[in-house]
Amino acid sequence: MKLNDAVFGLLLLVLGATVLGIVQSFPKIPGQQVGPALFPGLIAVGLCLGGVVLLVRGWRERASVPWIALEDWVRSPRHLAGFLVLVGSVVFYMLFSQQLGFLICSALILTALFCSLQVPLARSVAVAVVATLVIHFAFYKLLRVPLPWGLLTNFSW
Amino acid sequence: MWTAVGQAFTMVFEPYTLMVMVLASFYGLFVGAVPGLTATMATALLVPVTFFMAPIPAVAAIVTATAMAIFSGDIPGCLLRIPGTPASAAYTDEAYAMTRKGQAEMALGAGLVFSAVGGLFGTVVLIVAAPVLAEFATRFSSFEYFWLVLLGLTCAVFITSDRPLKGLITLFLGLLVACVGLGNPAGFPRFTFGNTEMMGGIGMISMMIGMFAISEIIRYVVDTSPPAVLVVEQVGNVLTGQWALAKKYPVQILRGSVLGTAVGALPGAGADIAAWMSYGMSKKFSKEPEKFGTGHVEGIVESGSANNSALAGAWIPALVFGIPGDSITAIVIGVLYMKNMNPGPSLFTTNPQNIYAVFLIFILANIIMIPLGILCIKVARRILKVPRNILMPVILMFCVVGTFAINNTLFDIGVMLVAGLIAYLLEENKFPIAPAILGVVLGGMLEENFITSMIKSDGNMLAFFSRPIAATLAVVTILVWITPSLMALLRRPQARP
Repeated sequence: MKLNDAVFGLLLLVLGATVLGIVQSFPKIPGQQVGPALFPGLIAVGLCLGGVVLLVRGWRERASVPWIALEDWVRSPRHLAGFLVLVGSVVFYMLFSQQLGFLICSALILTALFCSLQVPLARSVAVAVVATLVIHFAFYKLLRVPLPWGLLTNFSW
Repeated sequence: MWTAVGQAFTMVFEPYTLMVMVLASFYGLFVGAVPGLTATMATALLVPVTFFMAPIPAVAAIVTATAMAIFSGDIPGCLLRIPGTPASAAYTDEAYAMTRKGQAEMALGAGLVFSAVGGLFGTVVLIVAAPVLAEFATRFSSFEYFWLVLLGLTCAVFITSDRPLKGLITLFLGLLVACVGLGNPAGFPRFTFGNTEMMGGIGMISMMIGMFAISEIIRYVVDTSPPAVLVVEQVGNVLTGQWALAKKYPVQILRGSVLGTAVGALPGAGADIAAWMSYGMSKKFSKEPEKFGTGHVEGIVESGSANNSALAGAWIPALVFGIPGDSITAIVIGVLYMKNMNPGPSLFTTNPQNIYAVFLIFILANIIMIPLGILCIKVARRILKVPRNILMPVILMFCVVGTFAINNTLFDIGVMLVAGLIAYLLEENKFPIAPAILGVVLGGMLEENFITSMIKSDGNMLAFFSRPIAATLAVVTILVWITPSLMALLRRPQARP
């Protein structure tokens, strides 16, 4: 996704202004001129200035540079699906890994990702299960990371 | 000193450390040889694993893996015309042209041998320069550190990027991220929005995994270009003729190594920029510039040594000042803090054996690169045939679990995903990422030294220029700020007809 510089400029201006707004409520330290607001305040001013320059630059180029340009992959259903499955699977893990457990979550996610990348289904499932078990062994057993068991708590090893 | 060196030897030549180095070598060679997996990504993915190691093996794993990855990035460049890591991009066309002429052995061998030579050169500079600088740095106060950090950030924005404005903006974004949490001189929770997870700040390692691994996976998934074709099926002896090359191009090797070490030591610029600059320089000073691009080995010799020497060069500011020289050392600094090996001049005085061990690891890694590299070239055909549609999802799962492993929280996984998406979007729009990383890593240090100096001087800005070293650093920093604008002003009248 390619955006015109002006779009970034606007986003940065909004971000800078928001930060400046939040910073106003930070406490002053008695007897000192510098408090927790100073440093983020300076950065916010910098972001606003940068935003203005980008806004002006993008506005001048508006005839030749579109506001938003989508690359080829957005129009290719296969690649778009791959991207959505990729982002979706990380979100899925964050939402459900505690309930479902690592093993189930990881196997489901890997199968979905393989399929979205054109790996045949049977092979996807097989590789997903093996890869899940290997990752689980490496992190849970060797590195002692407390990966959740979820539904499989009673079968934990 | 010699007892410390002895201790360093025992630490490095322990079976466990040696085993870690060998495993890390294979890992680095593999990651470098697979297009789309970079040396920085290799480092980011190693962090969750090194988390569970003693400091020296952890550093050994990172040093070895990155050195190997920067070399093996040459392999797919030579055989597929796709650089394995960005550090090989500068001479990929040249190496591929040599392969088409039937000189794949020569190209790969030059990449391997002169990678090791460059790496060793950078290591020697690291060994000589770092302790001297550390000695010098013990006299630094908050004023000097403030300017030094600012100079580092300035270099990252102005020297290493051809788009200073966009670099400046990503730097500000990085600095803003560094502001989140309690970790500021006043200890006031900033931008936490009442979230307890954000009190401790945005996890640096999860962010790096996002920016360097997740963004690469996204790039792979949305890549619509057709798969590349392997030209050579079998590669012969790569060492033949390398000695003759070394005798023919000694100046080029030296020039590449010196430039590489210097560029590496500059904050923000790493092996990739070092390779581009020295390839350009090689062509400029060559006696046969017309041969460049047609499969001529000279540029590969020079920039191949440059990218590996840059790796060692980047450790100089990282170890002495805690200022990363490239994105790999930005991650390394995070690891050093986790391992209680806080970078800074005191690292050289309180625990010198650790520093000597790091030096030894560098030497060792660059020596074992030759035999292991030959082995890697032998099996390159198989590595290049590893199906990436299987590899990438597994790496994603590895990122998720690895990020979780650092603090055992799901919040970090969210940070990783968001950082990955933002990094992808920014890079697509030609915003350089390196300044953002430096901003995140150095934000706390910059603010702390700035606020301390302000309090010391009672708000008087002139005090920032009152000490001689601080004033010198200040002048250099300000010169770097105004030079591009001055140059532009000077050039303008001539540009108009």
